[in-house]
Amino acid sequence: MNTFPVGTIFALSLTAYLGGALACLASWQKPALCRYICCGSALAGAVFGGLAAVLGILQGTPFLWSISSGIPLFTYSFEYDALAGFFNLTLAILAGAVSLYSFSYLREFEGKRNIGFFGFLFHLLLLSLTVVFTAANAFLFLIGWEVMALVAYGLVAFYHEDRETRRAGLLYIVMAHIDAGCLLLGFALLMQVSGSADFASFRTAAAQLSNGQQAAAFIFFFLGFGIKAGIIPFHIWLPAAHPVAPSNISALLSGIVLKAGIYGMARIFLGGLGVLPSWAGLLVLIVGVASAVLGVLYALMEHDLKRLLAYHSIENIGIILIGLGAALVFRAAGHPQLAAVALIAAMFHTLNHAIFKCLLFLGAGSVLHSTGTRNMEEMGGLIRPMPVTAFCFLIGAVAISGLPPLNGFVSEWLTYQSLLAGYGATGGLTRILFPLAGSMLALTGALAAACFVKAFAITFLALPRSVESRHVHEAPRSMLVGMGWLTAACLALGLGVTWFLPVFDTLTEQLLGQRVGTNLISGHGLVLSAGLPHGGTVSTAVIGIGLVILLIPAVLLVSIRARRFARKRGPTWDCGLPGLSEENEFTATAFSKPLRMIFSALYQPRREIQAVFDVSPYFPKEIRFESEIEPTFEKRLYVPLKDLLLWFSIRMRAIQAGSIHAYLAYIFVTLVLLLLFGVRP
Amino acid sequence: MTGLLAKAGLQMVLLLLVAPLLSGIIKTLKARLQTRRGPGILQSYRDIFKLFHKGMVIPDTASWIFSTTPYIVFVTAALVGLMIPMTTTDAPLSLFGGVLAVVYLLALGRFFLALGGLDAGSSFGGLGSSREMTISAIAEPAMMLAIFTVALAASSTNLSEMAKVAVSQSWKFLAPSQMLAFAALFIVLIAETGRIPVDNPATHLELTMIHEAMILEYSGPYLALIEWGASIKQLVLMTLLVNTFFPFGLSSDWTARGLGLGLIFYLTKIFLLAGLVILVETTNAKLRLFRVPELLMVSFIFGALALISTFLF
Repeated sequence: MNTFPVGTIFALSLTAYLGGALACLASWQKPALCRYICCGSALAGAVFGGLAAVLGILQGTPFLWSISSGIPLFTYSFEYDALAGFFNLTLAILAGAVSLYSFSYLREFEGKRNIGFFGFLFHLLLLSLTVVFTAANAFLFLIGWEVMALVAYGLVAFYHEDRETRRAGLLYIVMAHIDAGCLLLGFALLMQVSGSADFASFRTAAAQLSNGQQAAAFIFFFLGFGIKAGIIPFHIWLPAAHPVAPSNISALLSGIVLKAGIYGMARIFLGGLGVLPSWAGLLVLIVGVASAVLGVLYALMEHDLKRLLAYHSIENIGIILIGLGAALVFRAAGHPQLAAVALIAAMFHTLNHAIFKCLLFLGAGSVLHSTGTRNMEEMGGLIRPMPVTAFCFLIGAVAISGLPPLNGFVSEWLTYQSLLAGYGATGGLTRILFPLAGSMLALTGALAAACFVKAFAITFLALPRSVESRHVHEAPRSMLVGMGWLTAACLALGLGVTWFLPVFDTLTEQLLGQRVGTNLISGHGLVLSAGLPHGGTVSTAVIGIGLVILLIPAVLLVSIRARRFARKRGPTWDCGLPGLSEENEFTATAFSKPLRMIFSALYQPRREIQAVFDVSPYFPKEIRFESEIEPTFEKRLYVPLKDLLLWFSIRMRAIQAGSIHAYLAYIFVTLVLLLLFGVRP
Repeated sequence: MTGLLAKAGLQMVLLLLVAPLLSGIIKTLKARLQTRRGPGILQSYRDIFKLFHKGMVIPDTASWIFSTTPYIVFVTAALVGLMIPMTTTDAPLSLFGGVLAVVYLLALGRFFLALGGLDAGSSFGGLGSSREMTISAIAEPAMMLAIFTVALAASSTNLSEMAKVAVSQSWKFLAPSQMLAFAALFIVLIAETGRIPVDNPATHLELTMIHEAMILEYSGPYLALIEWGASIKQLVLMTLLVNTFFPFGLSSDWTARGLGLGLIFYLTKIFLLAGLVILVETTNAKLRLFRVPELLMVSFIFGALALISTFLF
């Protein structure tokens, strides 16, 4: 067991992804075969990847591969340490679910779209993510990063005949390149100090960084990784790009590709940059709070199911950053133990969000697959024809709302506990920020619950609101298996969290030199504690058992009564008017109306009502209602920025006269300047 | 283990019995204050008994969510009741869930209640669900700030620990931070239990309904479970308030004498707080829905001031 070769299994996983990519391309003319290859090899890669991650975490000894490339600074070096193992585990869980799901999902592509090309991109996405999570060299990391961005572009723009999709893809690729540029600058700064591009050399050279260099590098990396993770105000590409991709890809994009940004932050902020000053941690914390609150507020206004989920990704990235920011502050303040708890909160939420967001996107994919629409206002009543999908979606909705006893609750609970601990651990007025951040987290949680009541109820409950959603069928079996696997993971990570936490021991030891995972468990392995002397304790297992025990007498009481007395079906109360129809149902827009009014300063809602009537305005024949909210960031930030850029480009045209003499002069001036710069002592 | 079960059983009996009594007393006293006779303090027991002996009508459009909701509402409220100290500082399940678990378990019940409201397919249910989720979302940050203030003073979110700390320094409630936190939580209590000026529990007018609109389609034993669960939730929140801020008479163990004395103190405190709630209800008119956020903003500011004053004093 101890000598089990993690490296070999990991290599098998890489081979499966790479081989799968090529095999898909080779077999593109036989769609059915291609579909088998596509899902089979991705599943094999995920199984090997998951096995390697589990073994790597259990054995706790990192391994390092390094193959020289002959190019200076660039080596093919992979380091499979605890952080890499954790993110690879997350990737494997999702890749497995998505591969299973895709088996039936891709059937509708047969004869219409090129499954070979899709499979090629799909495998490359998984491969590049694996490379990003394990690369130990800045250039290798950047290559993985760039391949990931390009492949994701190909997948986002997969339905390229649609104009909205093309625009979303363009926005995505532009933002992806801004973030890659920021990362390049950050790495260049570190390489200048350390003289090498290996991550290990960054760690040893971190002590030589001056304060200014450290701050500049932090800003570059925070921008670069933050854009990828979709923090506010750099989030605008996310709700555009994630919904338009095929649903299985949306699940991966929101589930794990965003987490590449979180991975980068954990890797660089807690490793390559030395101990960051506390303002850096506070900045991360504040950006996290802003992303969480604004993300969920925008999600509430959506009635496109997939866009709603995409906005929730922004919210959850915010929650993760709250934990990560708290960890950075505690590390700067000299409390590594508390930092470790906060880091566990952040990393556990990363895993949890990956799982339930993937689950919800797959559920939305099944709904889209059956009804053909993403607009919630046209759905309704799907719980009867699609019971399994509805159940899985419900579990995901409860988990993402942070309700006990599921996994979302546990990571939010840990985040609260570390915020409370922050009050005692920091001095000055900054300590007030922690409980305030906690209250904003509470607001986020409650709004998320409101949003998922809306998402679940409008989609699955009451009566169908359109012809399309009246004649639907349950999703095929393989899609249900994919969702079921993630549902089980939500339940297991929620109820069995105390068995899972020791996984973080090696991770926190590597990044912070503390093993706290086991300290957090007490009470016969059932109770999760915050690790502080009196701190809080909670046990999702006991809560789960308690709920079931109390349920038994309640059910008995009602069922004994119900046997003796009539229990009949009848129409819903219709105020005496004959027959309620689906037009009398509440809509998603109506559900979020109170919040739209309360937060009108943010939304700047605009509505237009046109009524057609004959005699009196009180008896309209026809009413047209239009309502929209202002896309504040797009309008106030990005449009002026774009205009400025265009204005500048037009001015630049003046020097592009097309005259060969002018160009020769430019070259000469440039040469002279470079020479002056070069010979400068 | 058997000790734990015995304690849990005892507290559960207390919870199930006192909750309807409290609702009855509030209704009767409110009627008296408004110079009506009122239904009598035992009316809530009679209501629950009667509802369990009736048949029920389930809407055609409803799914299994509709039938599961009453159980979840009841069970979450009852479980939460075992996590808070009632007559002794040592709550049976306090090790397994502190104040955060209490808040989030109640939110789980609310989540399903809102789903149940929408499941029947009428506009009333949706209206109630939408308003309930909105108001609870706005109330949440104020509630957390106030709770954090108390939790920071006790350096724990475990309710038994918080009660123990409160007992050991029993005049601490005179500190400004405690008073402000109490004021913040009192406003939240009114919002969460659906009392005037936020919601009117005695109305069936669609302009003003919140909680009643969500449960409009429930009947028979299901309605009994929901009403019982709601009264337990009300008792739990009021217990949380009296025992964290005024911990007088909380016994430190489970002896018969301590329990008896604790019970007398506990009931007195709860009924005094109920009196305060009734006074607020009778002397205020119901607010317009869009004025409620302003009230809750006041609560949030109280919470923030409470926090800042912990820092100052």
